[in-house]
Amino acid sequence: MLNGDRGPRLRAEDVLVRFGGVTALSGVGVDVRGGEILALIGPNGAGKTTLLNTISGVYRPAAGRIFLDGREITGRSPDEIARRGVARTFQNVSLFGGMTVLENILVGRHIHMRGGVLAAGIYWGWGEREELRHRAAAERIIDFLEISHIRKAPAGTLPYGLRKRVDLGRALAAEPTVLLLDEPMTGMNREEKEDMVRFILDISDEWAPAIVLIEHDMGVVMDISHRVVVLDHGKKIAEGAPDDVRADPEVLRAYLGEAPVAPAAGAVR
Amino acid sequence: MTAAIATLPALLLAHAQERGGRIAVREKEFGIWQSHTWAESLDRVQALAAGFARLGFGRGDRLAIVGDNRPELYWALLAAQTLGGIPVPVYQDAPANELRYAIAHAGARIVVAEDQEQIDKILEVRGQLPAVEHILYEDPKGLRHYAEPGLRGLDSVFALGGEADGGGPAAFRALVDGVGPEDIALISYTSGTTGASKGVMLSHRALIATGRSFLQVVPMGPDDEMLAYLPMAWVGDTFFSVVVALLSGAAINCPESAETVRMDFREIGPTVTFAPPRIWESLLAQCQVKIEDADWLKRGITRRLVAAAMRAARATLQGGRPTAADRVRCALGEPLVFAALRDQLGLRRIRVAITGGAPIAPEVLEFFRGIGVNLTQLYGMTECSTPATVQPGTQVKPDTVGPPIPGVRLRVDEAGEVLIASPGLFSGYFRDPAATADALRDGWLRTGDAGLLDPDGHLVIVDRARDVSHLEDGTVFAPQYVENKLKFSPYIKEAVAVGHERPYVAAMINIDAEVVGNWAQRRQVAYSGYTDLAQNPRVAGLIADEIRRVNALLAPSLRIRRFVVLHKELDPDDAEITRTRKVRRRFVGEKYAPIIASLYDAGASEIAVRTTVRYEDGREAQVSRSLRIHTLEPETASAAPSRA
Repeated sequence: MLNGDRGPRLRAEDVLVRFGGVTALSGVGVDVRGGEILALIGPNGAGKTTLLNTISGVYRPAAGRIFLDGREITGRSPDEIARRGVARTFQNVSLFGGMTVLENILVGRHIHMRGGVLAAGIYWGWGEREELRHRAAAERIIDFLEISHIRKAPAGTLPYGLRKRVDLGRALAAEPTVLLLDEPMTGMNREEKEDMVRFILDISDEWAPAIVLIEHDMGVVMDISHRVVVLDHGKKIAEGAPDDVRADPEVLRAYLGEAPVAPAAGAVR
Repeated sequence: MTAAIATLPALLLAHAQERGGRIAVREKEFGIWQSHTWAESLDRVQALAAGFARLGFGRGDRLAIVGDNRPELYWALLAAQTLGGIPVPVYQDAPANELRYAIAHAGARIVVAEDQEQIDKILEVRGQLPAVEHILYEDPKGLRHYAEPGLRGLDSVFALGGEADGGGPAAFRALVDGVGPEDIALISYTSGTTGASKGVMLSHRALIATGRSFLQVVPMGPDDEMLAYLPMAWVGDTFFSVVVALLSGAAINCPESAETVRMDFREIGPTVTFAPPRIWESLLAQCQVKIEDADWLKRGITRRLVAAAMRAARATLQGGRPTAADRVRCALGEPLVFAALRDQLGLRRIRVAITGGAPIAPEVLEFFRGIGVNLTQLYGMTECSTPATVQPGTQVKPDTVGPPIPGVRLRVDEAGEVLIASPGLFSGYFRDPAATADALRDGWLRTGDAGLLDPDGHLVIVDRARDVSHLEDGTVFAPQYVENKLKFSPYIKEAVAVGHERPYVAAMINIDAEVVGNWAQRRQVAYSGYTDLAQNPRVAGLIADEIRRVNALLAPSLRIRRFVVLHKELDPDDAEITRTRKVRRRFVGEKYAPIIASLYDAGASEIAVRTTVRYEDGREAQVSRSLRIHTLEPETASAAPSRA
């Protein structure tokens, strides 16, 4: 269910990000509605992860504005943006290796935890109810992602595909309204990819967050995204339905390289 | 209390009245064991029955059930019976095509499925299921946007039943009273080692009579706990999780998922459990891996004490008395090793452990009995409501499957085939009178098993009657006997012994990927996957050693001379074994004919195979590979008799 009438859940306008003399993003804008899956594609170094980092507040854009449900969040700190409902997974899975899967997922709920030292120290009553509430939420995610068999396993001992799933669980635990997924399927085999695709679709179905997905597997992108945005050298070069984007000559050029025309021929002579 | 009650829904009603507050069923969900009392179970069944009735389900209609063991699915089963309908549980791991066969053959009007995975399979073949009107799911995850006529959540059927208000308990009792003992309570599709599967119809009377007889041999009560983890489509699960539970008042526990069964088993610590031999074999393999992984001191002590325990168990089983030294070792072993092993395996509270469904290797029996688990054998089949014979805990003879349970009569006909007469016999195969006539002869059920009765009246099963064959020189050769010895090795998961009208016995081996993988890892043997591991020369050496050990236990003429480690596991999806893991011998013989031929070709040292592998999503791929044929040096074969 797309909340089309209420405007985009996430909106980035003319985002400009520079690192010293390098322009990582220039004039990039995206809109994502609740329940929508937007794929972000482009060659390596195109600025995809930079855009996610800018949305989640890790980088401060030199120009441009970012809105969440129409309210500006440009320049806010990452923890405040997280508290407003933006969660993400990371390209290089970032879990606490020595903690169990359950504990890692509970960490994802920290933005919803209200207890102070006093309440937690006394525990009985309020602290206990709080813990039960969070544990129940974490268990629903464990059930949803089908990882009950590794609930008590230390995250560091798990195979890569499962760690990625736990990372997704940690992001989900925040009950996000915007979910940023940075290459959730890299390094996975076919079966693991199929599982992950199913989970992403199920998440969209169940909670309808706005999902921004960076993914290199074009089959997956074409299958599950509603819209595709193509970045190249920090610029948006195409946007549209998966099939239209696939046929776009600009996109083909960015992926396959320029056709060797006059200058190359000149060099031979 | 239940002596006069003749149908399963009536038993549920009686429990709800007499011990309404006690736990009937638990399910681990969201990390916690959630309990349901008998009163709640009745309430749920009542609502579901009313809901099914509103959907037009009635007397004689069939309701298919596809999914892992869930309380809701057991309630659906009982609700269907309450309306005089017939539940048909189907294997949840079967591909869409197999589901289609059973559901279409049964002509089910309602399908109750666990989740999206099952729903997707059913929708894939829905065009070929004209009788199916309603498809109900228990877990709505991922199904929110499915717009398929007749598809709805089971919760909406509970609600439908709740609002129907068909008059409450009184009306429900009237429904229950309308069900007669001769009504069919279950159609169970047999896994069938030959041909298409057949729908075995079992009446309330047959199931309950068999359950009562079983409980005379193995008394159980409301304090007993069982784990319901075997496929619901296997009659053994219905027998224990429904019939025995309803007769004894024992609680059943549904695991969280297929992957967590071992942990859940340990958390519950069942007092009675039923498992086919492959589960006991895998528990044993798990122990052996743990022992191997221990440091040298623990490993040495454990190995010695376990060996002593097995010797002691063997002596006891054979009616003798263990040696004094072994008795001392067993007394030492109990606190040092055995108690901990039982605890690790979740067998700390076990009173009766039962194996059945296929023959078990005597060594497995000795191991468990040695470490203090009262493992007994059961023999039976779907057509006689599961058990025909059960070994009482005190009279376990390893070569037999025990005496018939009360009410069951056994006979061995002129051809050596075992025949059964009992009140638990089936009412016929659904829509297959020819097969029914073939299976029943003057009220006796033909089991298809070759066997004999020993002087104490205990049944000895030799093999499937048609599998017993002869070597070229006339030696009687029962492949299963050899295979079970092989499967005792933790490294061998599956084995197929061949030798019919051949000069010697040869074997095709499936390695146990987990155990052999662990072995390879400890020795730093590199491999890329199953096929690669299977063809590794050091693994071949390992398997050869295991076979030599088995050969030492076999008569010289039955020793395995050559073997091959197969490149792929025998798989029910490839029709090579049944879903209850019995080898489909004839099919395997045809499919692997070139490999078998090369096992008897003295010049062959390799065989190229090209097999079609079918992935779970239905795609097919060609795998080509060259398999080495291994020959065991004759000196081992001839050296061994001096030990025998």
